[in-house]
Amino acid sequence: MDQQQQNLYRFLVGLGDDSVVLSHRLSEWCSNAPYLEEDLALSNVALDYIGRARMFYQYAAEIEGKGRTEDDIAYLRDEREFTNLLIHELPINDFAFTMLRQFFVDVFYCNYLEELCKSSDERIAAIAAKAVKESRYHLKRSEPWIRQLAEGTDESRRRIENALAELENFLGELFEMPAWEVELAEQGIAVDRKALKANWDEYVQQFLKASDIDFAESRLLVQGGREGIHTEHLGHMLSDMQYVQRAYPGQQW
Amino acid sequence: MRSQDEEALLEEFERKIEAEEKIEPTDWMPEAYRKNLIRQMSQHAHSEVIGMQPEGNWITRAPSLRRKAVLLAKVQDEGGHGLYLYSATETLGISRSEMIEALQTGVAKYASIFNYPTLTWADVGAIGWLVDGAAIVNQISLQRTSYGPYSRAMIRICKEESFHQRQGYEIMYQLAKGSPEQKKMAQDAMNRFWWPSLMMFGPHDSESAHSGQSMKWKIKRQSNDELRQKFIDQTVPQIEVLGLEMPDPEIKWNEERGHYDSGEINWEEFYQVINGSGPCNHQRIKHHVKAHEEGEWVREAVRAYRAKQAAKKENAA
Repeated sequence: MDQQQQNLYRFLVGLGDDSVVLSHRLSEWCSNAPYLEEDLALSNVALDYIGRARMFYQYAAEIEGKGRTEDDIAYLRDEREFTNLLIHELPINDFAFTMLRQFFVDVFYCNYLEELCKSSDERIAAIAAKAVKESRYHLKRSEPWIRQLAEGTDESRRRIENALAELENFLGELFEMPAWEVELAEQGIAVDRKALKANWDEYVQQFLKASDIDFAESRLLVQGGREGIHTEHLGHMLSDMQYVQRAYPGQQW
Repeated sequence: MRSQDEEALLEEFERKIEAEEKIEPTDWMPEAYRKNLIRQMSQHAHSEVIGMQPEGNWITRAPSLRRKAVLLAKVQDEGGHGLYLYSATETLGISRSEMIEALQTGVAKYASIFNYPTLTWADVGAIGWLVDGAAIVNQISLQRTSYGPYSRAMIRICKEESFHQRQGYEIMYQLAKGSPEQKKMAQDAMNRFWWPSLMMFGPHDSESAHSGQSMKWKIKRQSNDELRQKFIDQTVPQIEVLGLEMPDPEIKWNEERGHYDSGEINWEEFYQVINGSGPCNHQRIKHHVKAHEEGEWVREAVRAYRAKQAAKKENAA
């Protein structure tokens, strides 16, 4: 791979990792949600993200050109080689945490993917065009949940506030640009994440304000996902996720 | 003593059953028919929902992204079937929360097969292939059941179940034609799920508590033993295609009967698991109760939010 291909590969794998890791977390709700309807709905969102992961990985594998597959990328890399942004890997905690994270990333992806639709790389633009529709729908679901939980009972509000306190640490990373992504953005392939921050801040601030929750702005606090520096949670997720592939190397499933 | 009105209603009900007309929620029906249906339909709904657990056990460990997506979609379908069946059962005048309470307190049953553990990835294949396969045989027959909402639910659900069965068989096929380790895994999973799958059809006709009345009212359309035989007959050739050893050494084609003969089910185990002492009975209900209890604050928040919104509206008016 030349430099350009390497940039593109890292970019695609990063987006695939974001998706695969979040989909895994969402899938953990299946048969554990507060309503049967939510088992189904969260599974649906998880399926959308698996779909994205597969599209990004497939393209990455083609760019790499070594004959590897989407599954080689998902199942045969170690923790330090995963480059997802940290917010996606945090455990599901309670329903308030899961939905608040979802709301934050939904607002982000609605904006980000809309911009990514304009990518000069047609394949990336096509993936984004499919995914942005999903995220708009996800947001339509996560918003009323945040509203209901923030304004429901004292307990539900306390849980939302606790979730906010934890998630705040991981928001700023959404708007960070590693060097390879800066180069790709300059070429019109990737999106300048930094430019999305002001809109995101304003949207979230306004939305939460309506439920009397003060939120000033996203700040860069914990970071490291794109460099493979994770929370302790990812390793455990991967040991679950990769178990069969690692226990029986080189087999088709 | 029945009143004259009631006699006439019963006559009309029996005429409809006889004429293969569907009974609809607003139609008069004997109380015992309603109860029998609530028992069978809610048990069916609970089976779909509890059935999410053994397969859900492998969602986070599915061996490829494609398998994971298909499994998640499948388990999601089962939940959808549960939802659909709860709604259909509600047309008989029972609420979903009453049904869930009956499940959690052990008053209502669910398919006993889900009290067996899923130990390897091949078990996911075996469940899709055998368990969903057995369910389809039963449900195809139930498409002709006399209660309209149940019949329509079955028609819809069968379409998805046959996709589930294919995905299960595809997993088994891949394993059976794969490495020796994979083939062993497939054989083991089939061996373990074979007998519980046959048990899904219930006791022998001579032993079945609810069968007689259910057949008369056309809630059930074919007997347990007929359906079980049908399942065996359709599954044995599939085992041959997989190239696996028969899970029952007594399986043999009987030219005279035009069916496969097979060995006797271990009925002691059947009743033991039904009566609560299978490997996972407690685990399954505890899981359901735990999710339900952990979700209580969410449902409470929803109720509180709605009440607040309603109060606001009233104040504004």
